[in-house]
Amino acid sequence: MQAANVTAVLLGLSLLVAAQHGYTPADVEEGEQLFIENCAICHGPEGDAVPGVELARGRFRHASSDEELSQVIAKGIPGTAMPPGNFHEHQLTALIAYLRSMGTSVNTSAAILGDATRGKGIFEGKGECLNCHRVDGKGSYAGPELTEIGVTRRTAQLERSILDPDAEILPENRFFRVVMQDGTAVTGRLLNLDTFTIQMMDSKEQLRSFLKKNLREFGFVGKSSMPSYRNKLSGEEVADLVAYLVTLKGANRR
Amino acid sequence: MKLGILLCFYAGSLFAQVSFERILSADKEPQNWLTYSGTTLSQRYSLLSQITTKNVKDLELQWIYQAPSLEKYEATSLVVDGILYTVQPPNDIVALDAATGRTFWTYTYKPSPEARPCCGHVNRGLAILGNRLFMGTVDAHLVAVDAKSGHLLWDTTVAKAGSGYALTHAPLVVKNKVIVGTAGGEFGIRGFLAAYDVGTGKEIWRFYTVPGPGEPGHETWGGDSWKTGGASIWVTGSYDPELNLTYWGTGNPGPDWNGDPRPGDNLYSDSVVALDADTGKLKWYYQFSPHDEFDHDSVQVPVLADLEWPDGTGQKRLRKAMLWANRNGLFYVLDRATGQFLSGKPFVDVNWTNGFDEKGRPIRVAGKIPTVEGTTIYPGSEGATNWYSPSYSPRTGLFYVSTWAAYASTFFRIPVAYTEGRVYAGGWPKSYVPDGRAAENLRKENEGFGAVRAIDPLTGQRRWEFKMNDVTDAGILTTASDLLFSGGREGYFYALDARNGELLWKVTLGGVVASGSMTYSVEGRQYVSVAAGHSLFSFALRK
Repeated sequence: MQAANVTAVLLGLSLLVAAQHGYTPADVEEGEQLFIENCAICHGPEGDAVPGVELARGRFRHASSDEELSQVIAKGIPGTAMPPGNFHEHQLTALIAYLRSMGTSVNTSAAILGDATRGKGIFEGKGECLNCHRVDGKGSYAGPELTEIGVTRRTAQLERSILDPDAEILPENRFFRVVMQDGTAVTGRLLNLDTFTIQMMDSKEQLRSFLKKNLREFGFVGKSSMPSYRNKLSGEEVADLVAYLVTLKGANRR
Repeated sequence: MKLGILLCFYAGSLFAQVSFERILSADKEPQNWLTYSGTTLSQRYSLLSQITTKNVKDLELQWIYQAPSLEKYEATSLVVDGILYTVQPPNDIVALDAATGRTFWTYTYKPSPEARPCCGHVNRGLAILGNRLFMGTVDAHLVAVDAKSGHLLWDTTVAKAGSGYALTHAPLVVKNKVIVGTAGGEFGIRGFLAAYDVGTGKEIWRFYTVPGPGEPGHETWGGDSWKTGGASIWVTGSYDPELNLTYWGTGNPGPDWNGDPRPGDNLYSDSVVALDADTGKLKWYYQFSPHDEFDHDSVQVPVLADLEWPDGTGQKRLRKAMLWANRNGLFYVLDRATGQFLSGKPFVDVNWTNGFDEKGRPIRVAGKIPTVEGTTIYPGSEGATNWYSPSYSPRTGLFYVSTWAAYASTFFRIPVAYTEGRVYAGGWPKSYVPDGRAAENLRKENEGFGAVRAIDPLTGQRRWEFKMNDVTDAGILTTASDLLFSGGREGYFYALDARNGELLWKVTLGGVVASGSMTYSVEGRQYVSVAAGHSLFSFALRK
């Protein structure tokens, strides 16, 4: 039920955005239905189930313009699992309308109360966020890259991450720790792992690879390495910081 | 000396003809691999024993054949007297020198752009009889190609590609017939198996896996749902020459995740069917998953083995059995002469059933069906196993299966209507396995893992397992020297001790192993071959 309410809000906002691109709300609604029936089987309902393809973020491997998208949907992509779709022209339009509407409603304007310019100052100054995070090529690799954080996270989530970093740690942001036979521990971001080996970036930004058989133990670290800013920043400063973060929509989007 | 050469030459040309008798006793010439699963009993077990548990660590790469194709390489090769035949996806047949990997010829088939296989333009291999190779194509043709020249002999349209029909499995030759079945279970097809004359490509018989009006089983489909009932075929069947029965596993009923449009058991979806090989008439069937809504295709290779089985009087007698680890999570033993259910036990976590009635029908757990809100089912959508070839070793008496363990999906149901050529699914599964994502961080603790599991068919109990970090789509090969070869999505190809699962050797091939490995020998030297990524690899002991 909660999910349905969120969906309704998101759909409403999506319709506004789609309208700006020349599509009608009816196009988007029809497109959503077609998407769920035909595309979600492989792409997933969020459009992110195929590696390297994130439909909600406009990240396609073989198309960028609406015309190219239409070609891909109609003809499929040879050499991949993407089959040709048997759609009428207006259905193609509807599907593209829906694709263009996905992910455009991540942040609600009501929550943006702070001042983004002041927030940028806090991010790069007092907050010392660049010591761990990276934005547009500046900062550290140690923590999550934030260049597109305004696309993927909502204001409430951003605020919570700043005040209570342990409340929700996305799986991809968990830290990983290995302990070698001599007791030396290395903590960092897990980049890859298989039956026999582990690859990670340690806290000194070095790429490291380990053979499991040479390790005493290894696993994810339960807590975030990020400190809470609850007592470090005022409420107004947190709002400014959040206002700045929601402007971060990727180097190519601003 | 001259006479010797002459004799060799004579023997060579004589042997070049692959008679059906040779295929039936393929185990007697283990230097060759004459049919998809090694023999028509489909044990994927070889009598070659030059490579042993002791020396397998000395395996080294002999050659790589790199396919100019980005599709998954799922084919198992055939080897006939030193010539290796493979399919580079989608539908090019390549004849190679099995010792050097050098190409003799390539036959290129260009599938129609209408082809719409659900899950990639893939092909799992060939069949051979005489000097003819047979291949199903992704646009639902069956072609015969001259094994010497690579020239097309005939091309038969099996079904309409634009409606979603496709052929992806290796055909099976029985006597003078080549048997194939149609994929397309996500497109509302009506599945069938058909036998074609090896000489002409003319259809001899056809068996619909969804019975039409007036046929037994038709009553298990409400309304007109039989017309779009699916029950596809996409992995190769088996053949018992003494019973003259050919066995095939069938796929999901359509639509996949919403069974409302198709009330009833939906025969013969998710079943094994036993057909008279001469007529295509149904001798018996067993349905693993009546009225399936989880895409639990029963497209596994039917493994035929003779077991000492209790006869009910405290004695044991040799039983013609069929061993089947199903995508639905249960390991079955059936009597392959009659279809009688002998046993069924979970080999992974299972929550949709909690046992069988006296006839061997699974008892459903109430409420475990796809819903609008989503229902979590073990095993998940890709199943406890899938089309990946299992193996049975008569030496160890164990059945080996590539498994997705502790793995679930949440199944969502939506309303659905049929449109020709379009996906007809009625929902979607959300899986916890990241399905090929590179970021290991995204995996959660309860996502499941891949494993090779060894099952004792007499008890249904697991004897050992070899766990992997990622899941696996790799088939399994066993040999008379108690070796087991397999791989997985991580791109390792490895050898285990078939008796206890101990890792004996491994190599990184850099691409997903999504095929079954096979073994052959040339001039007394044993090779083990497997496809990974977009290439075919062949290994032998260091000289």
